[in-house]
Amino acid sequence: MSNSIQAICMPKWGLSMKEGTVAAWLVDEGDEISPGDEIMDVETEKISSAVEASESGILKQQVANEGETLPVGALLGVIGNADSSGEDINAFITEFQANYVPPADDEEDVGAATENLELEGRNIRYLKKGEGGSPLILVHGFGGDLNNWLFNHDALAGQHTVYALDLPGHGSSSKDVGEGTIVNMVEIISAFMNALELDKAHLIGHSLGGAIVLSMAITYPEKAASLTLIGSAGLGEEIDGDYLNGFIAAERRKDLKPHVEKLFSDPALVTRQLINDLLAFKRIDGVQHALEKVLASFAPNGKQSNILRDKLKDVSCPILVIWGANDRIIPASHARDLADNVKVEIIEGQGHMVQMEAATKINQLIDDATT
Amino acid sequence: MARNISYQQAIGEALAQEMERDQTVVIMGEDVAGGAGAPGEDDAWGGVLGVTKGLYGKFGDRVLDTPITESAFIGAAVGAATAGLRPVAELMFIDFMGVCFDQIFNQAAKFRYMFGGNAETPVVIRTMYGAGLRAAAQHSQCLYPVFTHIPGLKVVTPATPYDAKGLLIQAIRDNDPVIFCEHKSLYTLEGDVPEEAYTIPFGEANITREGDDVTIVTLGRMLHVAQEAADALSKDSINCEIVDLRTTSPIDTDTIIESVENTGRLVVLDESNPRCSIATDVSALVSQEAFDSLKAPIRMVTAPHVPVPFAENLEDLYIPDAEQVKQAVNMVMGK
Repeated sequence: MSNSIQAICMPKWGLSMKEGTVAAWLVDEGDEISPGDEIMDVETEKISSAVEASESGILKQQVANEGETLPVGALLGVIGNADSSGEDINAFITEFQANYVPPADDEEDVGAATENLELEGRNIRYLKKGEGGSPLILVHGFGGDLNNWLFNHDALAGQHTVYALDLPGHGSSSKDVGEGTIVNMVEIISAFMNALELDKAHLIGHSLGGAIVLSMAITYPEKAASLTLIGSAGLGEEIDGDYLNGFIAAERRKDLKPHVEKLFSDPALVTRQLINDLLAFKRIDGVQHALEKVLASFAPNGKQSNILRDKLKDVSCPILVIWGANDRIIPASHARDLADNVKVEIIEGQGHMVQMEAATKINQLIDDATT
Repeated sequence: MARNISYQQAIGEALAQEMERDQTVVIMGEDVAGGAGAPGEDDAWGGVLGVTKGLYGKFGDRVLDTPITESAFIGAAVGAATAGLRPVAELMFIDFMGVCFDQIFNQAAKFRYMFGGNAETPVVIRTMYGAGLRAAAQHSQCLYPVFTHIPGLKVVTPATPYDAKGLLIQAIRDNDPVIFCEHKSLYTLEGDVPEEAYTIPFGEANITREGDDVTIVTLGRMLHVAQEAADALSKDSINCEIVDLRTTSPIDTDTIIESVENTGRLVVLDESNPRCSIATDVSALVSQEAFDSLKAPIRMVTAPHVPVPFAENLEDLYIPDAEQVKQAVNMVMGK
């Protein structure tokens, strides 16, 4: 029965992760686990999160010790079933360790992971993962970047070719946002698809990115294979204006942290490095101006101006709407009473960054909706 | 996009980007262009260690070579700043600053105050400091405490290429006189630096490592010594929190105190001589503001109260090292 033995490995969260530290085991040896169960907490320089099970079975052995720092892909534990003997497990571990090669400490590898496109005079950074399958485009929200999908890139690449891009004014893309409107952003994504010769793609948008992909499906119905809108803008008027203005105004760590904590259901996920990375982004010339312009267009005076709710019924491709029940930025009530052609999934206990905090669940929902 | 470049390149890039952006930014100093009789523009030296190499070819007459008269060109830079330019003067070694104290202490630092807030002096004085390059007693000092003492000056001591670029751009855009201190032995240090221009605000310390046992407050080159010590101490399960001040004036007192309130122990690591130094300043601050949080007496790790020796073995002994930091941490931990 050795083929029922599965390795739990150190995940790779985001482009720059090389190693992680096992903060705590959350299941004991002998415990039954199911897909989506949190197995252990792992801390990296950038982020802390739980490693979730992708298989069901019994945790046979905790290979990594708490406090241990291990490279990406290293063996953390072994899952088996009731029939797996101690010998099978030991043989599996011996074989795994004999074949395991830690990733080379190669700086070039980090830069090469993203690519750049010149679109309408702007540089657009994007990440491509996976080969084959229908293309899937991930569009982040206001103030975000392609790393908002760091727990989704690899998982979704199993079935799709995944593209995640930095919108203009965001991440490492050019800071020129034009008028900063949703229409501008739609044109960029349309140009992005044309440049990469993608006729049609599954469009996944988070927050402001949701309003953008929805608008895209209305303007260019032929380009949308399906829509997944996560904690999406564009479905109602309310949005936390204090968050939006506070995010723009904060110049220092102390001022920014309370705003960023609102994004997550678990504030412990807001690590110092996460705040430092956001500050490093906000301090780049042109970012402040870009964010102000985008905000003035999509949510002036603390209210969303571009409500596309009534257009949902006219969208011909499948639409999935996902919301964290406790979203403090855009309320989950916007997922209520949507048109009949919309499938809705509310994730209990989750906040605005539900695609990060409940990644396994969200990846599953997206996979189901797009294959 | 961030790429891996050196501390020296990061400074050169900050200068080039600000000169490109703002026509009022000019550079002056000894051999910053090419020096009298230097070969062609392409081969111009760009300062004694080549930090400004390439700028003369791009910006021509905005890169001014000066005679070897610090008092004259620092005075000229201060005057030009009051008249609408944003000069970045390079004063080769911080040790030579003594000949222009009047221009800095009594003029630049005082203009805003003496003219009732109506005068601004947006001048940056870039200068090299620190031991380790076998440059002897007159070219190796850490004199940032002297400038930190003077109200009206801002004092910056970047420890990494990322900080060097962001803090220098901030310094050039700042409307007050800034003493920008570059550690000689950091010039070759490499790190990720965004291509775009960006700023880092003054008075925000950087916690480069989080820990609950001991706070190490440090700055400049010593950040890397602190990190080496903290790496070694973590093997003994001692978790250090490292606070890199980034600027000594203004100084981020909140971050220092919050960290000590959490750890209860403080080691201050400063390459300057021990009397009236950043080490004494931070120690005094914490004993006054966070005394009740302290579980052990504060320890200072500094150079000794002697000139920097020229003999290699003595200079190596002079510079605080990770072993001394480990000992100090162990002492405050009661080990």
